[in-house]
Amino acid sequence: MKKIQLLLILSITLISFAFIPQSDNRTIPSANIKNLDGGDVNTTELQNNGKPMIISFWATWCSPCKRELNNIAELYDDWVEETGVKLIAISIDDARNAGKVAPYVNGKGWEFEVYLDANQDFKRALNVNNVPHTFLVNGKGEIVWQHNSYSEGDEYELYKQVKKLLEAK
Amino acid sequence: MNITKNIVIILLSLITILSNKLSAQGIEQILSKGEVHGNFQLDMQYYKEDSLIGAQAVPEDVLMNGFANFIYTNGNFEAGVRYESYLNTMLGFPVKYKGNGIGYRYASFTNKEMKITVGNYYEQFGNGLIFRSYEERGLGYDNAMDGIRINYKITEGLHVKGIIGKQRYYFETGEGIVRGIDGELMINDFFGGSLAESKTKLTLGGSFISKYEADQSSQYILPENVGAYAGRFILQRGKIRFDGEYAKKINDPSADNYFIYKEGEAFYLQSSYSTKGFGLTLSAKGVDNMSFRSERNASLTDLQINYLPALTKQHAYNLLATLYPYATQPNGEIAFQGELVYKFKKETLLGGKYGTSLLINYSTVYNIDSTKIVGNDSLRQGYTTKIFSIGNEKYFDEINIEITKKFSPKLKGIFTYSNLMFNQAVVQGKTPQDHPNIYANIGVIDLTYKLSKKHAIRTELQGLFTKQDKQDWATFLIEYTYSPHWFVAVMDQYNYGNKKSEERIHYYFGAVGYVNGTNRIQLGYGRQRAGIFCVGGVCRNVPASNGVTLSITSSF
Repeated sequence: MKKIQLLLILSITLISFAFIPQSDNRTIPSANIKNLDGGDVNTTELQNNGKPMIISFWATWCSPCKRELNNIAELYDDWVEETGVKLIAISIDDARNAGKVAPYVNGKGWEFEVYLDANQDFKRALNVNNVPHTFLVNGKGEIVWQHNSYSEGDEYELYKQVKKLLEAK
Repeated sequence: MNITKNIVIILLSLITILSNKLSAQGIEQILSKGEVHGNFQLDMQYYKEDSLIGAQAVPEDVLMNGFANFIYTNGNFEAGVRYESYLNTMLGFPVKYKGNGIGYRYASFTNKEMKITVGNYYEQFGNGLIFRSYEERGLGYDNAMDGIRINYKITEGLHVKGIIGKQRYYFETGEGIVRGIDGELMINDFFGGSLAESKTKLTLGGSFISKYEADQSSQYILPENVGAYAGRFILQRGKIRFDGEYAKKINDPSADNYFIYKEGEAFYLQSSYSTKGFGLTLSAKGVDNMSFRSERNASLTDLQINYLPALTKQHAYNLLATLYPYATQPNGEIAFQGELVYKFKKETLLGGKYGTSLLINYSTVYNIDSTKIVGNDSLRQGYTTKIFSIGNEKYFDEINIEITKKFSPKLKGIFTYSNLMFNQAVVQGKTPQDHPNIYANIGVIDLTYKLSKKHAIRTELQGLFTKQDKQDWATFLIEYTYSPHWFVAVMDQYNYGNKKSEERIHYYFGAVGYVNGTNRIQLGYGRQRAGIFCVGGVCRNVPASNGVTLSITSSF
């Protein structure tokens, strides 16, 4: 009986797999996050008019995250001008620090679009283990590159990927 | 044999039906929308005995914690599962995690304005003062709900959530049933028209939670249903923002409050003002008798229904983060915090060529003004309080100044000074007689030197100076990174000022890691000091250890 069950499951799985097309580009999954005004935003609405988009997970208590975003902030004007890329910073700060996010972002003069993912629904939906974790999304909303953790200089690799995306067009 | 035949027939007819109903292309279309993604983490340690720091060897030699999440999404449907493995649980994690199991599984679908989730889920109402189910895998904290949740968007600007379930308790669930409802009204979106364009934005929210646990006490008549409710608002106009939440809980005798029948309450107020280059946050919080669990006798981080955030700066440098971290006292505290972020512009006196960034944080926590009821307390109220009034015992106090400065394209630094007071008797539940308040000065110099675009060296020099506890500490860290793949780091924490010269111990640790996309492998060796490790606001006690550690994370 067990063998038959196994066979059944196996055959169904195989049949299903046969239909799954060979595309490994993932789209942005749906989750509800908050903008800094307290309004609800569904992550499927995140977009940049057909241009590339960087989604970076961070927290106010995470030093490498802040190093990464502060380093990118210095280059950001040039990046936007050259490629039209947009950076979306997703803070996973919870009620303890969420209220400090907007003052921190403004105080540091970041020009990024910032959202709050206080209960980590978007983080879970994107299978992020820990912060910092950065995604690159193409103009069609597909995730084409991602990177976990941050080392000094990683921003150049990220920007290389952004440019590569535009060249591929 | 009959069964085989039947199954083959069913299978064939299923395929036939499917292919008749939907063309092969149709099926392909449905399945092609499906995506499977996942993430994985493994931590493993080989434990060596080290009598100097009190580290034990373990009978298994090696202990391991690991898990993997898999999520399948297809259009409006989603399902996920997490396999967890503790063979055996690493030291410092709750020992009730034992063996292998499915710690989390759920399915959900969204149909127009309604989303339904069955199985496990994480959710929170407002700031979490009366309800938050949450996970912090790195610390073994997980109070996921197991039950049903409905998220309903009634109309533009009006959302309602309903939850019912039991809370996760290791590989089981707790006894209590938790149910509740939360509504949020975004005034501007709801009324639309000219309000939608208004610069002033107002959001109102209200929530109710009730837990049920049977009364099996022979000593007391316990309330089997305990209700809690909260109301909140967010008011924003341009650069200014106010938000607040007030919560109340009816009588809830538990081990945490020594089985008193007093009602609990809490508030959390925040205001902020920010503009480019300047940010200011002021906040206040009061908590009285607000421990809320789905089992009265649960302890530690088990079966917590709500979340009471600590109103202190959350630190990242290890001496600051792990020696004297503050944790909210759910039985009563009142806290204040202010944070200022300021950027001195480029080409100014203090800004220099690249600009200088300043962050000042001040936080202070006291007990609430309360009077113990002596003599006749037939209602078991325990004490009387005024939640908005400050008591005379200080729990914590810190001023923290952080300056971030770039000197040249190659060199930049972060300089931190902190002065703190820590009431270890209250926060860590120690005897006050031989555990006086700790007063410490801490300094950190964090320098990054870029050798080239890809190569960099970072050093941290930390000093902690105190006359109490274990006296003075120093930490030195040097890290070399080769972007985007490699890093190597060496660290030494040295308790050089300890009055007992035999306890002047070096806690050395070295690690090397490789990162490629989402794959990360780290191998470490060294000593780990006993202490409190906190991630994302949750802390756990970790015993001293010595040995080899391996961490692997990946996702796809």
